[in-house]
Amino acid sequence: MLGFSLRSLWNRRFVAGMTVLAISLSVALILGVERLRDGARDSFANSASGIDLIVAPRGNSVQILMATVFGVGGTETGMTWDSFEWLEDRPEVAWAVPIQMGDNHRGYPVIGTVASYFEHFRHSGGQPLSLAAGTFLSGEGADAAVVGAEVAARFDYAPGAVIVNAHGAGEVSFDLHDDAPFTISGVLAPTGTAVDRMVFVTLEGFGALHAQEDAPAADPLDPAAIPADDHDDHDDHDGHDAHEDHGAHEGTVAKHSHEPDRINAVYVGLIDRTNVLGLQRAVNERASDALSAVLPAVALAELWGIIGTAERAMRLMAWAVALAGMIGMVVMLSATLDTRRREFAILRSVGATPTRIFALIVTEAAVLTAAGLILGLVLLTVATFVTDPILSDRFGLRLGLNVFGTREMATLFVIFWAGLLASLIPAVRVYRMTLADGLSVRL
Amino acid sequence: MRALHVQNLTFTWPGAENATLRIPNLSLAQGERIFLFGPSGSGKSTLLSAIAGVVDVSPGAILVADKDVGAVNGGARDRFRVDHIGMIFQVFNLIPWLSALENVLLPCTFSKRRRARAGEDPGGTARHLLDELGLSDPSLVSKPASELSVGQQQRVAAARALIGKPDLILVDEPTSALDEAAKAAFVDLLARECAEAGSALLFVSHDRSLEHHFDRSVDFLALNGGAA
Ligand SMILES: Nc1ncnc2c1ncn2[C@@H]1O[C@H](COP(=O)(O)OP(=O)(O)OP(=O)(O)O)[C@@H](O)[C@H]1O
Ligand SMILES: [Mg+2]
Repeated sequence: MLGFSLRSLWNRRFVAGMTVLAISLSVALILGVERLRDGARDSFANSASGIDLIVAPRGNSVQILMATVFGVGGTETGMTWDSFEWLEDRPEVAWAVPIQMGDNHRGYPVIGTVASYFEHFRHSGGQPLSLAAGTFLSGEGADAAVVGAEVAARFDYAPGAVIVNAHGAGEVSFDLHDDAPFTISGVLAPTGTAVDRMVFVTLEGFGALHAQEDAPAADPLDPAAIPADDHDDHDDHDGHDAHEDHGAHEGTVAKHSHEPDRINAVYVGLIDRTNVLGLQRAVNERASDALSAVLPAVALAELWGIIGTAERAMRLMAWAVALAGMIGMVVMLSATLDTRRREFAILRSVGATPTRIFALIVTEAAVLTAAGLILGLVLLTVATFVTDPILSDRFGLRLGLNVFGTREMATLFVIFWAGLLASLIPAVRVYRMTLADGLSVRL
Repeated sequence: MRALHVQNLTFTWPGAENATLRIPNLSLAQGERIFLFGPSGSGKSTLLSAIAGVVDVSPGAILVADKDVGAVNGGARDRFRVDHIGMIFQVFNLIPWLSALENVLLPCTFSKRRRARAGEDPGGTARHLLDELGLSDPSLVSKPASELSVGQQQRVAAARALIGKPDLILVDEPTSALDEAAKAAFVDLLARECAEAGSALLFVSHDRSLEHHFDRSVDFLALNGGAA
């Protein structure tokens, strides 16, 4: 029966081939969209991994997330340095990294922070940031800057290059701080995240920009530009020369060389993550400063919910293509039925039962669908193989080459059964037709 | 055993007012060859359909190899047909995308009895039959059936009807697409092969010049009391 179906299909190989192609494209599209979506969601969900809490002036949590992690928009007017120190000294806090924002470098956001930022920030599945060239901010002077991969590539920056930033977050800014240039100390390796589009400077560097406009920050020229606070797991990094006990509890220590008046946000890591809700409440209830503590995972889920509409539309499209493929198959099988009436009459005259002819059509559909599935997987694998490096560099999406998860299997299963189900339409027609036609071969 | 026995057969097409078939009696002995002639539309093809079990007839009206065609149902009837009957139509006998040889072997794939009666090596038997029918060229035999001439196709159809020595061969105007010489040669070959296989032959045609190849000829109008 299978051999017979194959021969019969081979006889109509052009149309059959087109049908298989249509089905395979829809399979590749459905699985591809699913994988892209998963990859996007993973890289998205991981874009703030390692950060347990983002503390910022009171505001909308999605807005705070967008401003800090994605470098889009800004937060409300600054939180006080007192609040940062209060946070850092909390017993449940393992580390705290201050963030200053609001400037741009040729349209790219400039982040004022400390060197431990690079140590705590995680992207794309928990990977730490790494350097393509140069060094991080630690051990460098106040005018050091680290640039993201995209910024470096766009302007052809390498360590040693001198750059000038501008005030304001806008794309175009005339208010250049050309009196406070920076020297690039390091270029980050591509991450596929917003970090690629960021320029990092020290807090005192960031403060120096604003020295004229804002009230000058305290002791801007303290040479020991070292942040701090590693206790348990992070004491292995170098460039860590200023450790000094100050604080109520042991371990968490920071001698902040530069203490700006106001900062925009703080990334916080906890010793024990289960305390995160308690800390969140404590932050929200802090009387002296109106603050919000954002759980990145929750805010990311919220944000994903907003942009998820596009993703659902994409999925819908993919399934619509699959439906078109199925309809194509039904059309192909049905269209050939009339010309194949003679064939069926002959088969019946040599003893084929109508059931057998019914089975022949269903078998042909099964062969077409199965071939479509296999070809679709091949197409997908090739496409993944070709695009994976690009996707992971540009967008931080890691699709994985050979993961056929249970959900993909289920999808293939559904498509296969849909194909068989669709073939019942022509098969039932054939069944009726052979019964009515009998052996007479008429036109 | 009689190859075919028809008794008090009446058949009316669904929706038709009058019975197309009303046949009191028609018998074929084993190996007997009958020529059945009659005007167009008189119901000859309908009779063949009834014998082949394609249309429903009442039990007891038609016996093929002593088996009651009207008493078997559904798929069993298709199997019964291929077990006992070989058929040749006017045109379009072959599956175009199978080779001549594969077409000949079709009954053997659907019927154990036919396969068993086709000898040790059905493929060899098929080749032998084709050879006897004048299709010995191996390249011709392995060609897709669609590339054969009409006369060649009819001979392939004859070989398919004959393979596995069915009890009865039903033939419905197989020569209408052939020229005079090819016609006579075809009927001659068919008659000889039927004799060799021991199959009875019911040959329907309105071309009475072919009559002399047969044991007996029957006027369908005389036979069929119900003809309009
Ligand atoms: N499938 C069918 N459904 C309904 N009526 C049919 C069917 N086949 C044949 N008939 C009717 O039965 C009658 C006999 O037709 P049949 O084909 O048996 O004639 P015939 O003797 O074989 O004619 P011809 O010599 O032209 O082949 C005709 O009146 C025809 O209309
Ligand atoms: Mg007829």
